[in-house]
Parts: sequence; C-alpha cells; structure tokens
Amino acid sequence: MSEILEKVQSIIAEKLSVNPADVTPEKSFSDDLGADSLDTAELVLDFENAFGIKMPQEEMENIITVGDAVNAIEKLIAEK
Amino acid sequence: MELQRVVITGMGALTPVGNNVDDYWDALLKGVSGTGPITHFDPEKFETRFACEVKGLTVEDFIPKKTIARMDLCAQYAMISTMEALEDSGLDLERINKDRVGVIIGSGIGGFTSMMDSAISFIASDRVPRFSPYLLIKVLGDVISGHISLKYGFSGPNYITSAACASAANAIGDAMHLIQLGKADIIVTGGTEASINETAIGGFNAMHALSTRNDDYMHASRPFDSKRDGFVMGEGAATLILERLDHALARGAKIYGEICGIGMTADTYHITAPAPDGKSAAASMRLALQDAGIKPEEVDYINMHGTSTPQGDISECIAIQSTFGDHARKLLLNSTKSMTGHLLGAGPAVESVAILKSIQNNIVHPTINIEKLDERIPQDWNFCAQGPVQHPIDVVMSNSFGFGGHNVSLLYKRYVE
Repeated sequence: MSEILEKVQSIIAEKLSVNPADVTPEKSFSDDLGADSLDTAELVLDFENAFGIKMPQEEMENIITVGDAVNAIEKLIAEK
Repeated sequence: MELQRVVITGMGALTPVGNNVDDYWDALLKGVSGTGPITHFDPEKFETRFACEVKGLTVEDFIPKKTIARMDLCAQYAMISTMEALEDSGLDLERINKDRVGVIIGSGIGGFTSMMDSAISFIASDRVPRFSPYLLIKVLGDVISGHISLKYGFSGPNYITSAACASAANAIGDAMHLIQLGKADIIVTGGTEASINETAIGGFNAMHALSTRNDDYMHASRPFDSKRDGFVMGEGAATLILERLDHALARGAKIYGEICGIGMTADTYHITAPAPDGKSAAASMRLALQDAGIKPEEVDYINMHGTSTPQGDISECIAIQSTFGDHARKLLLNSTKSMTGHLLGAGPAVESVAILKSIQNNIVHPTINIEKLDERIPQDWNFCAQGPVQHPIDVVMSNSFGFGGHNVSLLYKRYVE
C-alpha cells in the first residue's frame, strides 16, 4: 500500500516540479499542487503506464486529492 | 493618416555561435563557424551528418521544468531570446499598458519535432493511443507567441507568421505595420526554429538542398563560393522589441535603429527553386526601398539571404544587380548564414540583430569560407570575405527568400530625429 503511495508521490513530484514531501494524501491536485486540467490528464497517463492499469473516465472525475488517486489505483490493481 | 515611426529598443538572440546578443555578435565579428556533428539524433545513415546546433544551453536555467514539458524546443528558444530582449529593452512591465503590447513570431516549421517524436513512439508501441495532453500544444506553431503572452500578460495582437525561410521577416514586417497604424505601442517580434531532426534533415537531403561536405563541415556553409553545395541547417531564435518612436522617447529608451520599409513578393516560378532571373526578388527589394522612401544609392549594406545553395546565391546576386545597378559594387554584402547556418524561419530575426549591431557599431561582420568567388558573381563585389569591415552604416537591407517562392526585404536605418 505504502509502495503505491510512494510511487504516486514521486510521479507527481516529478511532473509538477514539487517537493515529494509535500505530496501528501490530503493534498488537492488543483488547489494545493498547482495542477491544471492538462497536468491532471498527463498524470493519469503516467499512473496508467506505471501501474499497468486503465483508468475509466468516470473514475478520473472523482479524483480530487492525492489520496483519491492512490485509492483508485489500488482498486484497479486489485481488479486486474 | 500619418504613419507612426517604429524603432527597435531591445534585442535577444540564441544562436549556434552564441547564446545571447553579445556572444553572438562577438562570434560574428571573429568569423566563428557554428557547425558541428549533429547531436540531436544519430545521423549515421544520413547523407548530411552535421548542422549548426545551439550549444551549452540549459533550458531549466530560464524556464520552469513544468512549463518546459509543455513546449516544443522552438517555443523554448523563442521564450529565452524574448527574456533577453525584454530585459535589454528596459521596459518597466509594471507600468506599460499591456493591452497595447503584441507578440508576433515567425516560424517555418513550428513544433514539428514533437509531432514526429510522438508519431514514432505511437507506431513503435502496441498502437493503443496514449498521446500526451501536452502534445498538440507543443506541435501547433501559434503557441510560441501564446506562451510569451501568457508569461508576460501581453494582450495585444498575438500570432505567428509562416513563410518558410522568410517567416521572421514577415513577423517583423507585420509588427512594424501594426505599430505604424497605431494598433499597438510595442510588438515583441522575431523568429524561432528547432527542427534539426530526422525528417527535416532527411527531407532536405532528398531535395538536395543541404551541403554534404561531411569530411570538412566547418567549411560547408560557404555562400557565394564556387564550391558551395547546399545550405547547413541551423536552429535558434532571436527577438526584437519594436516600439512606437514617441513611446520609446517618452521613457528614454535606448534605440538601436529604425525599421522603415518592407517589400514582399512571390516568385510564381517553382515551389522550391528560385527564379533564375531574380525578378520577383528584385521587386521585393524595390518595394522595400519605395516603402521607406530611400534611394538605392543610399543603402550601405545588404545582409543577404545567402544560403550557400548553388542556385539561390546566384539568383539573389542577379536581383541585387538589377535593383542597385552600379551601386552594387559599393555595397557591403555579407551572409550571416556562413557562420550560423540556415535558421530557416528564424534566419531573418537573427540577421536583423546583426544588422542593428552593425548600425550601432559601424562595422559589418565577414562572410566566412569564401575561397574563390563563383565566377558568375561580379568579382568586384565586396562580400567582406577578408574579415569585418568598418564603415559608416546608416541604411541596411535584409533579404529573405523562402521555399514556396516567398521574397521579403526589410529596411533598417540609423535613428535620427
């Protein structure tokens, strides 16, 4: 579980040029981490590639925070 | 209506021979070639394996990493040369009316490299589309000016011009016109190009447009020389700050020179080959002179298109002969491309920087690599082949011609009240 979070944190930190330590589960992509709609779409692509999953559109719309992303990824991995 | 006068108050340059205006100008005076082996890709199987690349640049020193990810290299280059030009202009960005500031940049090819890279990855993959949402904003050329307006909040006219190797000349011309007509106070203008990639080198090779002097590449860009065999691909950007004269005077700006005329024609001869009689190229030079109200004999120096292609250089000389007649022998002539290579759409912008430095310093940079002038070129013309030439420089023409038959001539002059 923490392994997924760690990987997600490093992907986000790299993509958004933020400190990995600031990428905590409660942080909002748009309000706290400065991501816009293009960044979010790019991040979803990176998650898909990193975890070998495909994130459905409706799933994406519910992702507001880093924690939401981690939960969605865990769910998709479990369903694989 | 009376046209407003337009002056240049800031410059930036990012070129294969220098990454800022001072280094660029020093290199031009010293006759430094920017040519080297291609490093942007593995050129082993290509007919041409050298080019004039930008060297020693760390883009992260200028643009945040996150923004870089959204920009093709050509947009990054334009941003970096614009940052230099704006700083050089001394404009107080807090005080100017940004609604009256526009951005017009020329680029012949735009973000083609990003398109190519993305297509290659797609084809090499399982063909399930995983395109980056950043892809199209990197490919589309117009975002070059879009990024600059976004960074600085310049909300005036904003677009790019595309006319192959004359692109930046059209951008600079449009910028001049808009200020002349009172549609803007300041236009950030110039050109950018970053297309040293497999398809551009391969494509230009297929057209036999590039030099293939692989064993002696430092002497490959040799405009007007009898042994020239094509142009050398370059890359980079330059930015000029064009400003309404009274706006510049009111803020006590440093003035490099005045832009006072443009001529534009089309060859209507062939899609790539220049018309051998140079008729339309001559017409563009004449129109520029008329536009500026300047007589041919008042011109001191022509920064020529001079790409080092067998046909192009001859056509341009014929056109100069027919426009300037006897005065052609008295002109100082040179080709910046002998050192920078051919920056395609950005060429007219980096060459305009050289022109304005010439007006400022009364010195004209050399054309390097001329060993024996092509015998079809008048042998008494002065291409500054021996080194830089000191001479009063008050009126200068810049010629740019592009595939497609585009001809553009710009006229610059020393600013005097």
